[in-house]
Amino acid sequence: MSRNAILHIVLLAATIAAPLLFPAYNAFLATLWLFIIVALTWDMTGGQMGYNSLGNIFFYGTGMYVGAVIAIGMYFPVGEWTDAARSELFLMSPGQYYTGLAVGSLGAGIFCALAALIIGALTFGLRGPYFAIGTLGVAIAGGEIVSNIEWLGGGQGISMPNPPGDFDSFKVLIYYLFAGLGVVLFIFLRWFYQTRFAAAINAIRDDEEKAEAMGIHTLRYKLVTWAIAAFFVGIAGSISAFQLIHFEPLETAYQTINLGIFMVVCVLLGGKGTLWGPVIGAVIFHVFKEVTWNYFLGGQWIALGALIVVIVVFFQGGLMGFFRRRFPEWFGVRVETKGATETAS
Amino acid sequence: MDQILFNLGLLVDYPVVNLKIIIDGVMIGALFALAAYGLALVWGVMNVKNLAQGDFVIAGGYVSWALVRTGWLQSIGLSDNIAALIGVPVAFLVMAGIGWIAFRTIIVRVIERDVFTSLLATFGLAIMMAQILNLLFGSDTQSLKLEYDTLYFADGLIDVPIAKLVGVCMAAALALGVILFMKNSRMGQAIRATAQDARAAQVLGIDTDRVYAFTFSLNAAICGAAGAIIVMVWVIQPFYGMTYSIRAFVIVTAAGLGNLPGVIAAGLGIGAAEQYGSHIFGISYQQAIAVLLLLLVLFVRLMQQRRKRQVLQ
Repeated sequence: MSRNAILHIVLLAATIAAPLLFPAYNAFLATLWLFIIVALTWDMTGGQMGYNSLGNIFFYGTGMYVGAVIAIGMYFPVGEWTDAARSELFLMSPGQYYTGLAVGSLGAGIFCALAALIIGALTFGLRGPYFAIGTLGVAIAGGEIVSNIEWLGGGQGISMPNPPGDFDSFKVLIYYLFAGLGVVLFIFLRWFYQTRFAAAINAIRDDEEKAEAMGIHTLRYKLVTWAIAAFFVGIAGSISAFQLIHFEPLETAYQTINLGIFMVVCVLLGGKGTLWGPVIGAVIFHVFKEVTWNYFLGGQWIALGALIVVIVVFFQGGLMGFFRRRFPEWFGVRVETKGATETAS
Repeated sequence: MDQILFNLGLLVDYPVVNLKIIIDGVMIGALFALAAYGLALVWGVMNVKNLAQGDFVIAGGYVSWALVRTGWLQSIGLSDNIAALIGVPVAFLVMAGIGWIAFRTIIVRVIERDVFTSLLATFGLAIMMAQILNLLFGSDTQSLKLEYDTLYFADGLIDVPIAKLVGVCMAAALALGVILFMKNSRMGQAIRATAQDARAAQVLGIDTDRVYAFTFSLNAAICGAAGAIIVMVWVIQPFYGMTYSIRAFVIVTAAGLGNLPGVIAAGLGIGAAEQYGSHIFGISYQQAIAVLLLLLVLFVRLMQQRRKRQVLQ
């Protein structure tokens, strides 16, 4: 068994054992997996395809709302449920709750994938900074519009049904949902980045005009990639909705300046366009964020803003870029010290 | 929906309301145009897309607000109104300094990099500035309520506070000053030369590094003065910055770089469009309208530049 396979098995075992070993950190670990998921999906377009979206958070927020609406709407009228001054109390049986969680999350993923196809068809003609600003606009507009729809609870947001059973085991369930989604996504991407499809989107990143000249239908590739990313983000958003129990549009669902920018920073910190980069970046960033949150009360946002600037300005290759330069042999690149000019890889 | 139809009906039944909305929109639009002009300047000269533009505006507003609220100027016998007017040049100078610091620490390192870097770095700067303002001044909306009269026209249907007129006049004076500066002064010519071709400007003996630094602090200063005018009449809040940045992007994208009449026209137009939108859909849609206008402008430009592309079967 190779060293690599052992490493993967150890990590997988740690993933499964973590909530049982550190029950006090369940919420932290679940959020860590959320960060890994959004960072990996952002890297699909940002790192592998060269389309730096600032609006992937749109799918997170939309996933939250779609998941909530499906789960509630299967059994109750949504409008009455979200009415803040509702007089009657709606109760969900455990069976209804778990069915709602499963169907809602899947529905949220599918809805977000379709939304990505539509938004992508409109925005993928934009290049470079225009794409980034345009998608940022989509995300902000999404939050502002949803917060004005009374049927969805307006600015108050939606209160989800209380989870059945005791709260600790619910937290463990949420952890496993996020971790499971993350592991599935990671395995999928591991396979995906070796396919011809991924080679095509890498070609789009490197030179879109040439890729088009080679006969690649660039728009189709871009749309499918973004739709896959949106599918996973949508599911993650829906699980978050159940995890948070109550959410509101601007600060939690369409949180443009929180998670929306964090996912980009995670990827840049870890290294764009690599499989492990977003994972490593998400872990380091999340730990840093939790530490600053605990010890710099009040100043944490300033510290985070400064961190974003520092990472973007000084450290854009990310950790993987650093390792690649420092230890190229880890990446299967053979470096010959003699006659390096001829055999430069 | 009924409310929207009612609001639309109001516009048809009382045409004079349209005039009021347009006047209001043009007045706030003049300030959007100022911020957008600063953005176009930085964008054109050093290809940096500054997402912290709106936060410079808000920061300038807080400089002026703090100056009036501390009461130093009032203690030497000036009224609140005069103090607020003095706040505009003070905000101009303070924000020029802050812009220079931001340039030396951050922007200078992203000029040569790809555009997404500058976008993200200034996004980080925007988050930082908004949070520092939040810590210093709290998250309440603030405004200087000046003791000017209000003019009434058309049986009181149109109200024009003199404070707004003063603000618009100051915005116009500032714009005129900047235009004359760019046309006639040596630094202005150097800035325009650098925008056209940085290498050629360097060959001709222009210190482009200094030009960049100057342009960025000039941009921050214009934004700061605009913010100081905004706080005289309208309200500011630490987290309003992003909306102003987006408006500036809308205007520059619609008008194009180096197109000053276009920037002014687009600024006034967007001010009016936003006022119409918030009249028809309600004030809570104001931010959404600013963002939707951005998307609209981007898509219209996309359609204009659309090429016919085909795949070989």
